[in-house]
Amino acid sequence: MRRTVFPHKVLPWLLLAPQLAITLIFFYWPAAQAFRQSVLKEDPFGLSSTFVGLANFRKVLSDPNYLNAVQVTVVFSLLVAFSALAIALFLAVQAEKIIRGKGFYRTLMIWPYAVAPAIAGMLWLFMFNPSFGTLAWPLRQLGIDWNPLLDGDDAMALVVAAATWKQISYNFLFFVAGLQAIPKSLLEAAAIDGASRRHAFWTIVFPLLAPTTFFLLVVNTVYALFDTFGIIHAVTGGGPGKSTETLVYKVYNDGFVNLIMGDSAAQSVILMVIVITLTAFQFRFIERRVHYG
Amino acid sequence: MARIQLQDVRKSYAGQQVIHGITTDIADGEFVVIVGPSGCGKSTLLRMVAGLEDITSGTISIGDRVVNGLEPRARDIAMVFQNYALYPHMTVRENMAYGLKIARMSKADIDAAVAKAAAMLELEPYLDRKPRALSGGQRQRVAMGRALVREPAAFLLDEPLSNLDAKLRVQMRLQIRDLHQRTGQTTLYVTHDQVEAMTLADRLIVMEKGVAQQIATPHEVYTTPATEFVAGFIGSPAMNIFDARCEDGAVLLPGGHRVTVADQAVSGDVRLGLRPEDIEIQPEAGNTFPIVLRSVEWLGADAFGYGVIENSDTQVTLRLAGNTHAARGDRLHVALPGDRLHFFSPQDGRRI
Amino acid sequence: MAESVQNPMAPSGLSRTMAHFWMVLGVIIVAFPIYYVFIASTHSVQTILRPPLPLLPGPEAAANYGEAFSGGVGRIGGVSVWLLLGNTTLIALGIAIGKIVISMASAYAIVFFRFPFRMACFWLIFITLMLPVEVRIQPTYKVMVDLGLIDTYAGLILPLIASATATLLFRQFFMTIPDELLEAARVDGAGPWRFFKDILWPLSLTNVAAIFVIQFIYGWTQYLWPLLVTNSNEMNTIVIALKKMISFADADTPWNLVMVTSVLAILPPILVVVLMQRWFVKGLVETEK
Repeated sequence: MRRTVFPHKVLPWLLLAPQLAITLIFFYWPAAQAFRQSVLKEDPFGLSSTFVGLANFRKVLSDPNYLNAVQVTVVFSLLVAFSALAIALFLAVQAEKIIRGKGFYRTLMIWPYAVAPAIAGMLWLFMFNPSFGTLAWPLRQLGIDWNPLLDGDDAMALVVAAATWKQISYNFLFFVAGLQAIPKSLLEAAAIDGASRRHAFWTIVFPLLAPTTFFLLVVNTVYALFDTFGIIHAVTGGGPGKSTETLVYKVYNDGFVNLIMGDSAAQSVILMVIVITLTAFQFRFIERRVHYG
Repeated sequence: MARIQLQDVRKSYAGQQVIHGITTDIADGEFVVIVGPSGCGKSTLLRMVAGLEDITSGTISIGDRVVNGLEPRARDIAMVFQNYALYPHMTVRENMAYGLKIARMSKADIDAAVAKAAAMLELEPYLDRKPRALSGGQRQRVAMGRALVREPAAFLLDEPLSNLDAKLRVQMRLQIRDLHQRTGQTTLYVTHDQVEAMTLADRLIVMEKGVAQQIATPHEVYTTPATEFVAGFIGSPAMNIFDARCEDGAVLLPGGHRVTVADQAVSGDVRLGLRPEDIEIQPEAGNTFPIVLRSVEWLGADAFGYGVIENSDTQVTLRLAGNTHAARGDRLHVALPGDRLHFFSPQDGRRI
Repeated sequence: MAESVQNPMAPSGLSRTMAHFWMVLGVIIVAFPIYYVFIASTHSVQTILRPPLPLLPGPEAAANYGEAFSGGVGRIGGVSVWLLLGNTTLIALGIAIGKIVISMASAYAIVFFRFPFRMACFWLIFITLMLPVEVRIQPTYKVMVDLGLIDTYAGLILPLIASATATLLFRQFFMTIPDELLEAARVDGAGPWRFFKDILWPLSLTNVAAIFVIQFIYGWTQYLWPLLVTNSNEMNTIVIALKKMISFADADTPWNLVMVTSVLAILPPILVVVLMQRWFVKGLVETEK
């Protein structure tokens, strides 16, 4: 809380006006509409609608396609978050050991951050395209029947790889910063206590990195849930079959392509609840961080 | 230059009164120091004069204008902050010129004013440096310079020396005194350091808990403190103050000792104040009381003895000569100097 | 000072060499897809379609890029690569600058003024963190239609410039400005505008640079939003155009030009990140927590 402020009363409202206006028009109004539509049912011509309570939710939650999307999302998010975190942590630990050339490695590591998710998907599709992908070619030579355009598991592997690849940069930067923040004296104390480097990593470094890891876990989950829409849209379009149709993709597809309003709105509301839970989680954790330090 | 008048100035935060009606009249060119322990409201009072805090009730005038509703910039004041508050991205020159630039003074006038202030503060070699390239003392001088160039009606300083080390503090104290003598500017200075307060001030405002306990010259505050708080706060080591009883021209001390005092007008229960240097050591008993020394701190020119009045646990500090041989465990006979005793009411702490 | 005592936890020579090995491997994995598309953009369609692709740039670079810029891309997607780059740059800059302007303004109001419902406004902005476009696609689209913003630059930019993140970052930074600095400025006679222009803005430059990079990337890589609010090819961003090119792929697709377009879609944001790396990394790591 500041001690001194400017005494003006109208000026702050003028300063806030643009952001408030955009927020209300493009965030709150549509969000409110989503809630409203989620409890209404429109007739086929969109002329009138009736209140149906939670019927849309019951319908969505009992729809096998929706449950499939839930399953796809869980598998996809877990794979992406785990691989992106593990690879980034491993590389960050290696980078910590290096004295000369750190900056060079970092510069190359951050490139994927700047690549649009959709393009990241396309790049991986180019490389693993069954007909001319350079990296698909050795797989076929090895007798592996690789075809992400026809096989659901292959398709999933491809989108997971592209999504992981894009997120490594971000995680790497945070892990490097987290590692640098660990006081060297702790490692020296561990050495004097006779701990090996490997042992010191798992008993000292890793626990001290927990706040960073946890933060990244939430961020990566949000990323896998929402920001990967472009990858899936550009690479698989949810297919083959519905093997890569995530929740966000399904909302888009139902509401925008298939125009099933009530269902789509109910799905939006469910997604909002998920985001709110994740964000609340993240902020509880940030508050704890503040206390620690 | 101008006089500053405070008329029953009060301040409340959320219904809680923190400044309880202060009235004083600061003459043109006077150097007034507001002194008190932390949290006594001294900075708040200064900031109210500056226009950085609003005034709940009462009036403040600078010159002949009531400034209650005026923005700081309209009050014709300059201020030096405890942490200097120099603009980190501006050079010393730009820092000093900023206020003048806003006031749309001409470039030539600004340069002249900055040059004059820089010369006065010996800042010429640093004019093109950024604050982070300066030492603490230099930064302090820039902060002074930024205030000086404005040639304001009043000069407000909020603990300007408390971030400096002891030696530099003494130097800067002399420099501030010297500057004031040269410029003759009305100055209001806040500090918690009683040495600064005593040495700088024409007049002191001693504050405690939002109340001006005494407004008087340093000499008056020292020799006739208006309240028990002022008596204990001003002076180092602090005045000895303990319970006593006056009756029939004598003082009854803790431990049951009775000492007669000439011209004793006070009677009843009192708080008795006695400065360490006013305690007279007698070679032998006779209208004296005994003090048992617990320790002696030898400082060179003089020494301080810390002891208790015999048969009590009332602690007493007394000044000893530098060549004293007194040591722990000694029993000293001391007399009460009749003309230098301070009596305070045990009820409200006021001087009797 | 000479390192006379070996730090017992300092990696040995061998483990440092291994670390380099792993980093090189990591960098290859991370950079390879980008390198691959660059290589592909310098080969002819025939070479691209006959795996494996050579690992070195081919002879067709000049021809491919020349053709792409002189209308080749236009023949597949319907719009020239210049227009695509122009659209994308405009949107990315619009979002980055727009976000900086409106979020700085609102953070300034929230931190340096007191007014009724101040915290309510803060929370109103803060909660938008929890309402990403992805969860309210359909109703947001309807608002855009009602406001006539489909196929307009305003429609592409405006809804994306209000975000809680930038406001939170500026608020956090403004709160670290010492009270005394504002007080000194007020005593010096500075009002809200002068304080902002002369003191706050120069002190914020590092943060502005960091947020600019992050938001420029955000704007350049937008996908779902342009997909929703543009129908006309003229309004395509380069990312959307690329997606359209490959989704209609057939035997005649000039893959060499697709590769060139990919490189052009990737390069500008990478340049921004690499050139402004110092601020970007600082801004990302220090402020996103």
